[in-house]
Amino acid sequence: MAVLTFREALNQAMAEEMERDKNVFLMGQEVAQYDGAYKVSQGLLKRFGPERVVDTPISEAGFAGIGVGAAMVGLRPIIEFMTFSFSLVAIDQIVNNAANMRYMSGGQFAVPIVFRGSSGMAGCLAATHSHRLEAWYSQIPGLTVVMPSTPSDAKGLLKSCIRTDDPVVFIEHEVLYHERGEVPEGEHLVPIGKADIKRPGNDVTLITYSRSLKATLAAAEALAADGIDAEVIDLRTIRPLDLDTLLESVVKTHRAVIVEEDWPYCGLGAGISDRITQRVFDELDAPIRRVAAKDAPIPYNKALEASMLPSADRIIAAVRDVLYL
Amino acid sequence: MLHEIKLPDVGTVDPTVTVVRWLVQAGQAIERGAPLLEVETDKSIVTIEATVGGILESIEAEEGAEAATGQVVARIKVAADLGDTGTIELRAGARAETIPLLDLYERMVLIREFEEGVKFLFLEGSMPGTIHQCQGQEASAVGVCAALGPDDVITSTFRGHGHALARGLSIEELLDELFGATTGCCRGKGGSMHVGDLDKGMLPGIAIVGGGIPLAAGMALAIKLRKERHVVACFFGDGAVAEGAFHEGVNLAAIWDLPVVFVCENNLYGASTRVDMIMRVPRISARAAAYGIRGETVDGNDVLAVLEASNRAVAECRQGRGPVLLELLTYRRTGHSRRDACHYQPEKERAEWMARDPIEILARTLIDSGAAAPETLAVIKRRIQAQFQTAVEHARSRPLPSLDELATDVYAQGE
Ligand SMILES: Cc1ncc(C[n+]2csc(CCOP(=O)(O)OP(=O)(O)O)c2C)c(N)n1
Ligand SMILES: [Mg+2]
Repeated sequence: MAVLTFREALNQAMAEEMERDKNVFLMGQEVAQYDGAYKVSQGLLKRFGPERVVDTPISEAGFAGIGVGAAMVGLRPIIEFMTFSFSLVAIDQIVNNAANMRYMSGGQFAVPIVFRGSSGMAGCLAATHSHRLEAWYSQIPGLTVVMPSTPSDAKGLLKSCIRTDDPVVFIEHEVLYHERGEVPEGEHLVPIGKADIKRPGNDVTLITYSRSLKATLAAAEALAADGIDAEVIDLRTIRPLDLDTLLESVVKTHRAVIVEEDWPYCGLGAGISDRITQRVFDELDAPIRRVAAKDAPIPYNKALEASMLPSADRIIAAVRDVLYL
Repeated sequence: MLHEIKLPDVGTVDPTVTVVRWLVQAGQAIERGAPLLEVETDKSIVTIEATVGGILESIEAEEGAEAATGQVVARIKVAADLGDTGTIELRAGARAETIPLLDLYERMVLIREFEEGVKFLFLEGSMPGTIHQCQGQEASAVGVCAALGPDDVITSTFRGHGHALARGLSIEELLDELFGATTGCCRGKGGSMHVGDLDKGMLPGIAIVGGGIPLAAGMALAIKLRKERHVVACFFGDGAVAEGAFHEGVNLAAIWDLPVVFVCENNLYGASTRVDMIMRVPRISARAAAYGIRGETVDGNDVLAVLEASNRAVAECRQGRGPVLLELLTYRRTGHSRRDACHYQPEKERAEWMARDPIEILARTLIDSGAAAPETLAVIKRRIQAQFQTAVEHARSRPLPSLDELATDVYAQGE
């Protein structure tokens, strides 16, 4: 199997889908002539031409809305935000026009659109440029929210998302773009709404996604050396949540820790923890613990920023806590 | 960018028409929608308007010639590039006797040396994150800020080092910020993209493109309500004029007559995207008319021209006749950020702009007029270089924030 970087895997997914369906096109800042701010769209302009790989001015609300309009009448746009931090300027289009459209039109309109781009704390970019917006977007009924952590999942999920008839917020992580991994060639589809057990185990369930998978797996390895066998679940899709996979694991391990790079208050982990608790409270041998970003805007200073991230050490401490060690 | 004007389908049976007369000659400016040529069809004589505004670069179908629907009949240059700076009014040599010219020179050199120094700190790995630099744009920052008084305020962007130094922030508080130290202007929390110091009349850089424009209007509203005579100078780039925040902010300032000088530093690029790709009017200042305010395009590499235009704009704002939109033509000679190799800038264009170095332009004026000897200028430069090196040494050992400071300054009182 070919070993690709995360960005190459995303590129392959877009190229294959554009080849397959002439309604698919890519639009965003610097996606065409510059090959993408993060080079995710490398070569696509050359291959598909300027009508299907479209550079835009810095007009996020405008091009997000243009994407929604085009999707409502049958095109399948992929809208790239240079980073999701800038999607804040366009959030009205994403929430009101993309997510609500099917519902408020009584089912008249589908909005088959993918909003994608990088996100997260990417190294001293400070408060405005380090947003993690998965919890915000996941709260919106009508949106599908996907956050892959490996190149293979990135390709397979992006292809599925381009084919789905609902609006998708597909959040990549800036620090994962250069990650390498084996990626199946051609028709490789990862289903939306299906979590993946990245490491099976029996003692505790670690639930995570995107960039935090790495620290979580590292924590699991360190715990294994101490005889603690952690199961690591990569959500991959944040909404809809694959609750069945989570429940099955928790019923087996009786303990869970949720690891997220987003803020703690009203966060993703809170919602997930609620769903698990509602269903299998009696199976839990300890309260569910969360390891999230610290509750502050993102600082510039390197050490302060590092302290915000869910590190392996913080994850291990939470695991020891739920195991009463 | 050259835009091809193709002969439109003018509803004829025979697709061939004859060019009767060109209403604009090559080299002349034309507005979008203005009559460009007349053609004779099988039915009548029809006037054809330009689909874009700009400079008529070439005529491809002479008078009397036949042309068919879809054929390219002209090329229009839709660009705010150096090639047509000839059409703007340059206002150099203003009131030299009343301006402390050497001060302007020193500030510009300070910005250049700071940025060059920081570039190398970044290259050697001392500087984290990313940096957006402003070498070559010193005249716009310095010229605008020289027109301001101590109680005026500026807003800036992710590319804010030059604005900060021009406004009077010290090398130390900026460098310390870049090093993430508590002695930095934002206590190490804001970093390069968010530098500012309210005591010195500068808001933290607003790093979301266009985001500072309504803020500037808001501060100006406060000034107006308090019946003060201060002014806000709002810096932003050419890229920002495509954002809704630009339109909303400028329009609100216009309808409420707010004292803001909107300063668009048109350095021809928003990241890798050339300005002619993002708008159809050739001049950003032309947009002022749409808001009912005064707009003006100025040679942004001539600090005296910038100062003169800024003085006028600031005076208008103080008299309650603002806002004003200034477009300062300049050039981004570095990559967009430290990550960008900047391969998209054409050689010729770069060479032309590099030949118009704002610091050299002022140096020439100073030397030619006898206001300063070359040696004086060299001494200024050496003094600033030494000052920068000392500041770097200090910055390396400044106190870094402790982890307790992560959650300070989130709320007025803590949570
Ligand atoms: C809303 C928003 N979109 C995108 C970006 C990323 N970005 C930062 S600077 C920039 C280009 C800005 O160009 P311009 O306004 O011309 O300023 P210049 O860089 O030339 O100083 C872009 C796209 C951003 N910071 N904010
Ligand atoms: Mg620019």
